[in-house]
Amino acid sequence: MLFFKLIKKFGINYQTFFILILVIKMDKESYKQMTSKIVPQENKLKNGIIAFVVGGLVGLLGQIIVFVLENNFNVPHKDATSIMIVILIFIASLCTALGFFDNLVSKAKAGLIVPITGFAHAMTSSMIDYKKEGLVTGIGANAFKLTGSVILYGVVSAYVFGIIRYLFFGG
Amino acid sequence: MTINFNNVYLKATSTVAGKDEKEGNFGKLYDKTYDDYYAGEKTFEQSEVKMINDAVNIVFNKAKIKLENIDVVIGADLLNQITPNAYASVKFNRPFLGVYNACASMCEEIIIGSSLLQNKEISNVLCNVSSHNMTAERQYRNPVEYGCPKPKRSTFTVTGSASCILTNEKQKIKVTSATIGTTTDMGVTDIYDMGSVMAPSAARTIYEHLKDTNTTVDDYDLILTGDLGVYGKEILNVYMLEAYDIDLKDKHEDSACIIYQRKKQPQVKAGGSGPACLALVTYTDIINKMMQGKLKKVLLVATGALMSPTMNNQKLSLPSISHAVCLEVVK
Repeated sequence: MLFFKLIKKFGINYQTFFILILVIKMDKESYKQMTSKIVPQENKLKNGIIAFVVGGLVGLLGQIIVFVLENNFNVPHKDATSIMIVILIFIASLCTALGFFDNLVSKAKAGLIVPITGFAHAMTSSMIDYKKEGLVTGIGANAFKLTGSVILYGVVSAYVFGIIRYLFFGG
Repeated sequence: MTINFNNVYLKATSTVAGKDEKEGNFGKLYDKTYDDYYAGEKTFEQSEVKMINDAVNIVFNKAKIKLENIDVVIGADLLNQITPNAYASVKFNRPFLGVYNACASMCEEIIIGSSLLQNKEISNVLCNVSSHNMTAERQYRNPVEYGCPKPKRSTFTVTGSASCILTNEKQKIKVTSATIGTTTDMGVTDIYDMGSVMAPSAARTIYEHLKDTNTTVDDYDLILTGDLGVYGKEILNVYMLEAYDIDLKDKHEDSACIIYQRKKQPQVKAGGSGPACLALVTYTDIINKMMQGKLKKVLLVATGALMSPTMNNQKLSLPSISHAVCLEVVK
């Protein structure tokens, strides 16, 4: 503050004054410090706990489906897990299409985004968004807008870990 | 850069708004509200076009003039190629200028319109400004059904459209002066934290306006900023004091903070945003108060973050711009 009053006293014109302020007083670094004091931080612990619990519940639901399939329908374990994934994807996509999954996501945070439900939701929501722009230029071109990178790096990492497993553990 | 105007008056204004704004503080003051985001159209973009057309029809009824009397139509919104206003302008069949300065567009329009009115050939200018939560969300962030969790600092794009007619006939509210702002970049890269992005440019524009017009904060009844949000408002107050030694005191209000009832509407987080935010507040509450004589001199500072998802993905920071327009009640 004293610095400004001195400048005002010496009658430097305001452009110079302004440049001086930008250079000396409010550079990007000090501005960042100032804003970080005012802008609130997200409660990471709370969000983490919510995501942990909700994500765990989704996992529990999947496990229940697997149990039911194995014990009541005599499905082999390997097939039961695949069917469970299909069921979860179907439920998530249906909820997205009915228009309330986004409200759940904004409350449950990453708890619904990280499991397979999030993947289904991301794809379905992109497709709904571009439905009016046609089958090819709309849905086709934008279905993997959000999930394309998941698929790409999923496949790449599958290759990498597959090779590692083949080389070091013998397949 | 400050311009003084001698013959520019505000003839009539109109506002239409969506459902979230209807539940907000000025819900009853809007000329027309819609119960959903579609406004009876098939897509969000088309509903934005419809909102502009509705607002324009209302403003013509209020001003009791015809479309033929409008010399230039100026339109601004958030979308690429200024799509909604460009499509709406087809129906008007009048000369059209599309302008873009993100959320600072409203004041930019008034500045351009007022400057055009200095010409003798031009006597009426129509300024439209619109934004739509869903179309903006789609273009700048994620698909609308995705519902990505938003941090507390994020703002909620206002759904609505506002029109005003500027004229050179004498009216009660006069546009006396305007300051064209300078683009400012303080190195903020967070696309959710628009308040921090825009506060420095708002401060600079307010400072330059006060300097150029030889006025102080006390000369104004209200300094209304566009869409800084609750945290941006606080940053502006602190920054103004630190960088320019100007105390805004209680003269400063931010339309993002007052457009919604933030306690009842938790989805809006830090407040409203979008070019229509300042317009909806100004053309309802502020104009009413000016007409009633409660406010005499108001400085509107429209703040805009010139955000581009492409440049943001390239790790560049967000520049911002603010323009100021001074409205005064004349006898």
